[in-house]
Amino acid sequence: MNNYEPPIFELSGTGKIGANLPEVDVPTAELPQGLLRDDDLPGIPELTETEVTRHFTRISQRNFCIDTGMYPLGSCTMKYNPKVHEEAARLPGFAFAHPMQTAEQSQGALQLMYELQNYLAELSGFDQVSLQPAAGAQGEFTGVLVFRAYHLDRGDTERNEILVPDSAHGTNPATAAMVGMKVVEVKSGRRGNCSIEDLKAKLGPRTAGLMLTNPNTLGLFEQNIREIARLVHEAGGLMYGDGANFNAILGIVKPRDVGFDFMHYNLHKTFTTPHGGGGPGSGAVGCIAELAPFLPGPVADKDGATYVFRQPAKSIGRVKSFWGNFGMLVRAWAYIRTLGAAGLREVSENAVLNANYIRVRLQDVYPVAYDRPCMHEVVVKGQLKEAPQARTLDIAKRLIDYGFHPPTVYFPLSVPEAIMIEPTETESKRNLDAFCDAMLTIAQEAAQDINILKNAPTTAPVRRLDEVGAARRPILKYDRAKFRELRREEDPVTADDQLFVPSY
Amino acid sequence: MSHYISNTEQDRNAMLQAIGVADVAELFDVVPQDVRFPQVELPQPLSEAELLRELRRMSQRNANAQTHTVFLGAGAYNHFVPSAVDALLRRAEYYTAYTPYQPELAQGTLQVIFEYQTLMCGLTGMDVANASHYDGATAMAEAAGMALNLTRNKRTILVAPTVHPQYRAVLRTYLQGLGVTIKGDEDPAVSLDDVLAQIDDATAAVIVQTPDFLGQLHDLKPIADKIHAVGGLLIATIDPIALGLFQTPGAAGADIVVGEGQSLGIPLSYGGPYLGIFACKEQYVRRMPGRLAGATTDVDGQLGYVLTLQTREQHIRREKATSNICTNQGLMMLASTVYTCLMGKHGLRRVAELCYHRAHYAATEIGNIPGFELLTPAPFFKEFAVRTPKSVRELNQALAERGIIGGYDLKRDYPHLGDAMLIAVTEMNSKADIDALVVVLKELA
Amino acid sequence: MAYNTPDDLRYAKTHEWVRVDGDEVTIGISDYAQQALGDVVFAELPSVGRTLSAGEPFGVVESVKAASDVYAPLSGEVSAINEALLDAPETLNSDPYGEGWMLKLRPSNLEGEQNQLLDAAAYTQHTEDEASKH
Repeated sequence: MNNYEPPIFELSGTGKIGANLPEVDVPTAELPQGLLRDDDLPGIPELTETEVTRHFTRISQRNFCIDTGMYPLGSCTMKYNPKVHEEAARLPGFAFAHPMQTAEQSQGALQLMYELQNYLAELSGFDQVSLQPAAGAQGEFTGVLVFRAYHLDRGDTERNEILVPDSAHGTNPATAAMVGMKVVEVKSGRRGNCSIEDLKAKLGPRTAGLMLTNPNTLGLFEQNIREIARLVHEAGGLMYGDGANFNAILGIVKPRDVGFDFMHYNLHKTFTTPHGGGGPGSGAVGCIAELAPFLPGPVADKDGATYVFRQPAKSIGRVKSFWGNFGMLVRAWAYIRTLGAAGLREVSENAVLNANYIRVRLQDVYPVAYDRPCMHEVVVKGQLKEAPQARTLDIAKRLIDYGFHPPTVYFPLSVPEAIMIEPTETESKRNLDAFCDAMLTIAQEAAQDINILKNAPTTAPVRRLDEVGAARRPILKYDRAKFRELRREEDPVTADDQLFVPSY
Repeated sequence: MSHYISNTEQDRNAMLQAIGVADVAELFDVVPQDVRFPQVELPQPLSEAELLRELRRMSQRNANAQTHTVFLGAGAYNHFVPSAVDALLRRAEYYTAYTPYQPELAQGTLQVIFEYQTLMCGLTGMDVANASHYDGATAMAEAAGMALNLTRNKRTILVAPTVHPQYRAVLRTYLQGLGVTIKGDEDPAVSLDDVLAQIDDATAAVIVQTPDFLGQLHDLKPIADKIHAVGGLLIATIDPIALGLFQTPGAAGADIVVGEGQSLGIPLSYGGPYLGIFACKEQYVRRMPGRLAGATTDVDGQLGYVLTLQTREQHIRREKATSNICTNQGLMMLASTVYTCLMGKHGLRRVAELCYHRAHYAATEIGNIPGFELLTPAPFFKEFAVRTPKSVRELNQALAERGIIGGYDLKRDYPHLGDAMLIAVTEMNSKADIDALVVVLKELA
Repeated sequence: MAYNTPDDLRYAKTHEWVRVDGDEVTIGISDYAQQALGDVVFAELPSVGRTLSAGEPFGVVESVKAASDVYAPLSGEVSAINEALLDAPETLNSDPYGEGWMLKLRPSNLEGEQNQLLDAAAYTQHTEDEASKH
């Protein structure tokens, strides 16, 4: 399926248009001459609708996606995206509602938001949910801002440190820094949990809070979670729950019950709003009553039979324009209402069952980072006894030739040659077996002829790409001359080529 | 089991046996027993038909652009979206794909990002554009953060009161922990010149929106010159639709350009998901937040695309990253890319002309109604403010009864204007729609 | 893995090397450091005239998937930077002790600070200790 498709700028033809627009039907007004653009939109191509449709259809076929195969990306929860969600979000009353129309004109949208807030609160045990944040990272940002505001509101002005385990997602420390907090790293202990000794050493009067993912990024449930929460609370800090791995514990345990004060939900992971090739995400947040006044607003509320927006009393402010990624909220609502409480618990049970099955099928060949039952994902090492020269990257790339998207690799950073596998509940045993068979075959191949791995992939639309060259001499927009050079085209660059160079 | 879980009872038993546990519950033994398997109160599950019926019922309680004529804007606009945009958006190859961290399996997404970056550079006249932010407001706040990093010892951000009020609110939220002064918009009535007069050596950046919240277009060139003279940066907040016709921020010398990309083929969707456009001068690219795709070749010399300059990002640089952002608005970016390519040079220009001429026609007609007065000075683009003889709330209620969603009530954000409405006119509002609005407003005056 | 560690240079524990040449010193990153980083794609250098204190980060060296701060082994004022690295960062890989130098410094306290630096033998021991940790 190696269908190279040129950049759309090379398909452009002067005078073409791909849209059918109305004519100007009013008297024309004078244009402000000094403020007009003085070029003819260089770099904007001209194509017909046929050509545009074909171009984007052809390049879409150079993508892997959930609908074509398994995506065992640890910590990303790439589960099936139900088709009915796409219908739901496109209902005219949702897709064409204006965010600035009045609350009276938006009762359906507010009702949906109000109910979703309540469902998410019920699943986590929290008192209040805000749907404003646009993604998980923004949910984290919101949480740390809320912690800061809470401490300041109590006159507790010295708390400027956020504790982050060494196994944490990069967003955790990056978030704390964006809020102006100092990041203090807490080490992992022998069994892959947060080290209690190191935590004790790092807690103090400056601790604003601890950011913890539970289950953690090693796919393990923090056994000492209550002890950790007690220590953090005794030091005057707050517990932030990174909800990236919430898919493992729906109906299994409510984060609030083990001591979390605040968490974000990744609606695009647990509640299967589509990843869209990198976004949009949606990062609702929930918290205990003491923190609720600080939430970003507005939140949906009910006043008698009418739904209204309410700004929390001591809100940290707005985190985005309008009311959150509403289209994603519709999909999450649909998912929760389709499955109900029992169905959501089955989600987590099957996600965890699937991951443990992979663990036991691979463990004799791929060393498991921490040898104990995992939650919804398992971290193994790409260190093969029979093929010490094999690297995790090679194993990942060879999986592509077997029709699987590679797992998350080289994360968490605390595990050398990490391969982090999250099958999700929507994969069948048949697919899990095929994936494990491929992993085991690759290990054999590695022992026989390492070049089979080093040369992989061979069946993808492109082979391994020169990332070093891309970073050394970045080409970040289309430029005819640079593309000719990249493609090693023999013809010299002509004056005509320059026409296509967006020369701003 | 639900229709989303593919294991049979037999499969599950075989797996449990392989793992060596008697039942699934045993896998959760690590969870403290007294809080394990809690009661969860949620409504009973719905079949697909029931679900759609319920959602349709709820959605019908919302006014929308299919039931009403829309003259409301204020940062979200009812523009025409060609059918081809959603047809392509619904391809599972795009919407069920992950972030393109494995480039061999994500050439489709990466090529779209690359083409989007090129198109945004073309529209804005800037050197580099990233793969997008959550929305215009957060892009602007991140631009301010980037400007503070670039100018190091300058700790003041100057922002005009005619920048979208919600964007200014987000700006304050984002910078609240960093010990930064944000000023310029304390008095909503102050003129842009008075804001610019506050530029001094401590100013890291000045933020100007054009067309501004009240619709007026500004010449950015003198503003760029003025801020550059003290070593600060110009952050311009733009409307991409206006760039089909008007001065580019790049040509004017802006350093960072941000804007809401919803107008480029993205449905109103009650406020999200939208698209944060973010572009800058080449010299600042390594301080730019967000994802970037670059062109390269594979081991066979074939052209391909990868994510690049990733050391700026959180998954590598952690607390030293340029931002914590970890997504881009992938699907919305795709919509805007398809939209911009369908429109092409001529379509973009035509859409901008339709907005401009129809908005001016509407402004003239409404301004002529006794009791109404045009407040936005020329030149303006597709939105303008009018003083109204009654409260906007009252007018909008009456308009709603006649199937019209009226303009934005300016009273709370700009009290000095009195009773004033911000009216948006796009290529979706025909002359007949405008005439109908004028008739109703005359009746109400 | 074998590393080139010239005897005539001094080294910091953070993997920078120092060559003393009259009242000016030249600074770069060691062979061990460049191998650990992999293909260098970008180097950020300070401006000439900037005053650095020993131990202060003065720049960044980046590969595709990693970024490392580079620290001043001595205090002093930056007298020159290797601008060729900005266009050809790969020189840090190909010739770390020659063409790949990063900056020249006029040290303000050479006498007091140079004892903190390691000689080649001590530095080799240090790199072996670090490597065994991984």
